[in-house]
Amino acid sequence: MTESVVTENGEGGDATRRDFIHIAAGAAAVGAGAMLAWPLINSMNPAADTLALASIEFDMTKVQEGQQVVIKWQGKPVFVRYRSARELQEAVATPLSALKDPQTDADRTKAGHQPYLVVLASCTHLGCIPTFGTGDYGGWFCPCHGSHYDTSGRIRKGPAPSNLVVPEYAFLSDTRIKIG
Amino acid sequence: MSAHESTYVPKTGVEKWLDTRLPIIRFGADYMSLPTPKNLNYWYTFGGILMLCLVIQIATGIILAMHYVPNTEMAFASVERIMRDVNGGDLIRYVHMNGASMFFIAVYIHMLRGLYYGSYKAPREMIWIIGCLIFFLMIATAFLGYVLPWGQMSYWGAEVITNLIGAIPVIGEPVLIWLRGGPAIDNATLNRFFSLHYLLPFVIAGCEVLHMWALHTAGQNNPVGILIPKEREKKDTLPFHPYFTVKDGFVIIVFLMLFSVFVFFMPNALGHADNYIPANPLVTPPHIVPEWYMLPFYAILRAIPDKFGGVVAMFASIGVLFVLPWLDTSKVRSMRYRPTMRTFFILFVINALILGWCGAQLPDAPVIGDFKTFILIDGDLNSYLWLTRFTTAYYFAFFFVIMPLVGLRETPKQIPATISEPVLSGGDAMTAAAPASAEKKG
Amino acid sequence: MTLQMNIRAMKKTLALIAAVAGLSLAAQPALAVGEKHPPRSGGFSFEGPFGTFDQGQLQRGYKVYREVCASCHSMDLMHFRTLAEPGGPFYDSDQVSPAENRFVRALAKEVQIADIDTETGEPLMRDGTSADRFPNPYPNPTAAAAANGGAAPPDLSVMAKARGGGADYIYSLLTGYAAVPQGLQMRPGQNYNKYMSGDLTPFMPEGAEVPPGGFIAMANPLSDGQVTYDDDTVASVDQMSKDVAAYIAWASDPRQVQRKQTGMGVLIFLFIFAGITYVSYRRIWKGVAH
Repeated sequence: MTESVVTENGEGGDATRRDFIHIAAGAAAVGAGAMLAWPLINSMNPAADTLALASIEFDMTKVQEGQQVVIKWQGKPVFVRYRSARELQEAVATPLSALKDPQTDADRTKAGHQPYLVVLASCTHLGCIPTFGTGDYGGWFCPCHGSHYDTSGRIRKGPAPSNLVVPEYAFLSDTRIKIG
Repeated sequence: MSAHESTYVPKTGVEKWLDTRLPIIRFGADYMSLPTPKNLNYWYTFGGILMLCLVIQIATGIILAMHYVPNTEMAFASVERIMRDVNGGDLIRYVHMNGASMFFIAVYIHMLRGLYYGSYKAPREMIWIIGCLIFFLMIATAFLGYVLPWGQMSYWGAEVITNLIGAIPVIGEPVLIWLRGGPAIDNATLNRFFSLHYLLPFVIAGCEVLHMWALHTAGQNNPVGILIPKEREKKDTLPFHPYFTVKDGFVIIVFLMLFSVFVFFMPNALGHADNYIPANPLVTPPHIVPEWYMLPFYAILRAIPDKFGGVVAMFASIGVLFVLPWLDTSKVRSMRYRPTMRTFFILFVINALILGWCGAQLPDAPVIGDFKTFILIDGDLNSYLWLTRFTTAYYFAFFFVIMPLVGLRETPKQIPATISEPVLSGGDAMTAAAPASAEKKG
Repeated sequence: MTLQMNIRAMKKTLALIAAVAGLSLAAQPALAVGEKHPPRSGGFSFEGPFGTFDQGQLQRGYKVYREVCASCHSMDLMHFRTLAEPGGPFYDSDQVSPAENRFVRALAKEVQIADIDTETGEPLMRDGTSADRFPNPYPNPTAAAAANGGAAPPDLSVMAKARGGGADYIYSLLTGYAAVPQGLQMRPGQNYNKYMSGDLTPFMPEGAEVPPGGFIAMANPLSDGQVTYDDDTVASVDQMSKDVAAYIAWASDPRQVQRKQTGMGVLIFLFIFAGITYVSYRRIWKGVAH
């Protein structure tokens, strides 16, 4: 007795419920609902001005040998480090077996520009910014929970599970990179 | 017709569990099977349209609030950022902007329907009064919202309307400063208007729930205007679903077509170009006008020469609606059977349209042609000032004079005994049953 | 209740809605005697429900803006990358994203943007990038007014929406400079324009016919051949006025063409949806006396 449409003076009984036209109307209503909902949901995706800042360019001559520069990309800090010959040599010579997250230094740098290292300044443990030049491996040390990174930004000791992330970037010329 | 008993029987285990803890399925099922008078015409679909409008405004508004910045330096630019940079932002903004106009088109038709069919008369006074409250909240919400884009009309409209508060004797000035958060309309004002604009629609939604509750208690009115007794329910009513869900759905789609024409092809037609000039407190626009739906009340405001008198008249023009159930003395509800009153009603509608038109005109401008007649008190007779005064007079006369008098003195037509009668007997309800016996109380 | 009665009832409802809509459309302030002419039509391609922008015209219009107008008029709400949005003057179907469009990058480079040195914090000027806003010719509104005899040149970002006549009005205004009418008392620093709003009655001798238009602080900014178009179109004042008016109309609402096209689709869908629902409604109500 719950849903049947009972009228004394009409045909609007159970027969109409299965009519194709009603299903079509219902389907169109669902379609209309989706057409209304999609722009509202999509509006929360990054807007054109956010997307425009998705990539930046940087002049590498600003980095001194043995030093790093911190730049902001997509609202987050990025380390651009110019490693000295000794630091580079240490990074290349490390055996993969010593690494929690094995990756060669060559995989983390661009051919012909090995001394330069570009990594996101976010500890892969819980996201703090590691400090430069401290820690047991000469790379970075994260003060929050004690993760140690080497001169290639690879995790050597501490709770972080993986190496500092190398973002997508490319050399536009010998002295200019584009990140993102 | 009283609230009907529930016919829902939970079938599955989940339904039974839910039914004893939170009977929402029962609530929904009862709503769908609600006995609805079968003679409802298309004018009765506007309630459903209004619910849709409220949902659309809240949904688009919440999204806009994610991008809008309520700061005088950034408000105008943030709205244009929504138009240019946010995905689908231009559509969402125009839907919200034109949605307000569509909301008011629908509410005016809805109110006029209530007036015509006597839906404000006993036992439905509370439905009407809560409806008037919703209308008042809508006007407040629209006013607050219009300030947010921080254009010239936003700023100066806010200036004019808040200054009215200052016209109240004794407490006016301190209340005005309290309202604005300072001596002038500035950042403090904009921020709080944004907060209140976000809040009021939810107050409207709450009142909407009360409105529906009162409706379901007193029962839905119908074009014949008679109460449907229990024994007539099977013959004279149909379940709300699918008869009226689909009917309302059809009209909603047609309404959305009109809505779409505005949003996609002429989104700024109902607005004012001056609001695309960033607000400048040092430059007054040549003509300050509110949005079209407030024009009749703006006209009434300007009709009274005294500033405070104008404020009182403007609020009274909305306030009179609240006491309407007690102003109408007729025992007959529907104006279908009240030919005298119907004529005055049609005049009222035309009068309201003229009043709206007057609201957009300069008071000194001539109405007919270009000629001057004679000065009456403070303005030429052939001027919008006097046309506004005459139309304002009719507006108030309709409620305070015409409604009480006509109700007592007119001879209504024969009211059918049941709502099925006009249909089955071929449309001419000349039955033996006298009007009084068809209902308990007029 | 027959089909005819249904349709009649519907027509009444629609007529009432149309009347209200028509009234609201007409709720513009009355034009007083002696006010400006209604604007001339620029014959623009983007008018009407099926209108689209002519990309060539938009490019020419941008050039006029950049070379003539931008020395005084800001477009603070425009970014260079917006020029490469679909439907915009420099949209390139090969582009990866509007910000990486090569034409826009080149155009941005031609403009100097005020910035600060990332190391010393000193103010400097650098080449523009596609992510930058259009630079404002003045550091602040006070400077803008001071440099222009007290009248700050208005921002043009949404000018086509900020004037009732839209692009037609902008076109008419730019071609509306005329010889000063006989007897008109000019105010210092003002110019006569046939399409500017205003009431010239106080500036004419008593009883004389009041010419249409008003005073505008901007002197005629355009002259023939002022800009050299890259597509060899003759740069007459009329042509430049049309082009820059079209460009401003685009900049005021860059997504209008896409919106109109979506609107067509939506209306067609709703029409079909209405038809299906109407049939469903009639089927449900068949045989029910009401």
